[in-house]
Amino acid sequence: MKARVHITLKPGVLDPQGKAIAQALERLGFDDVNGVRQGKYIEIDLAETDAVKARETVEAMCGRLLANTVIENYAIELAE
Amino acid sequence: MQAAVIVFPGSNCDRDVAVALGASMGRPPLMVWHGDSALPAVDLIVIPGGFAYGDYLRAGAIAAHSPVMREVVARARAGAPLLAICNGFQVAAESGLLPGALLPNAGLKFVCRDVYIRTESSGGIFTGHYQRGQVIRLPVAHHAGNYHIDDDGLKALEDNGQVAFRYCTPGGEPGDGANPNGSRDDIAGVYNEAGTVLGLMPHPERLADPRLGGDDGKAMFDSLVAALG
Repeated sequence: MKARVHITLKPGVLDPQGKAIAQALERLGFDDVNGVRQGKYIEIDLAETDAVKARETVEAMCGRLLANTVIENYAIELAE
Repeated sequence: MQAAVIVFPGSNCDRDVAVALGASMGRPPLMVWHGDSALPAVDLIVIPGGFAYGDYLRAGAIAAHSPVMREVVARARAGAPLLAICNGFQVAAESGLLPGALLPNAGLKFVCRDVYIRTESSGGIFTGHYQRGQVIRLPVAHHAGNYHIDDDGLKALEDNGQVAFRYCTPGGEPGDGANPNGSRDDIAGVYNEAGTVLGLMPHPERLADPRLGGDDGKAMFDSLVAALG
């Protein structure tokens, strides 16, 4: 099955790239932007077919490598 | 004294630090390739600057899990002295050997210039030859040196005397553009709780010889040799 992992900076952690994107959007005339936060999206193709086990595995991947939980949160979605 | 410098694909200050450390030690340190799982018995381990694994995922994240790092982490946790410079600091933080994390610079630019840093504690193995409050000049060259730590973590660093260096003006004051990257509380370097692991963004090895324009970094290597024999 496929795992989709979204990694985002925790609230309060400075995101200068998000700020730069927001400023660029404003320059393009999108004047209703309150804020932008940039994150990462990672797709993982797993041999596992059991969703519970797959989630456990991806949780471990996030905790050990994919996210730095000092500064980042992660969210996992699973799909067939 | 013998030391080992860990070399990753993408390390680029490994030879600089070997020269600076070797000058203080009186013999060259060992160079240990990242793929080696064996690490010789040494008195000091150095993780040098560079861009290990191209900074993929996050600066230091992939290097933190390379074969040799398992042994480096085990030794450092057991009390072996570890000097982690620039990219090495990022690797050590990603390995959980040092508190906090290093984010991209607040100004989004790669910063390459000399900075002034204030020695916040002295007497440890890394700073025995510096005075507390002494201002030294060292170069920085990094894109992700913006030190982040949460409020509780910052208080713990302060309470335990784990802040090693802070960016400052030449006069030793905070502010006035002294902080090159947006680091919290102007922090340029931190110790682990035991004071046996130092991570810092500035490069002591790049100003450790008067012929290179300054030798403020040399005292760090001399301190280590004095402390570790």
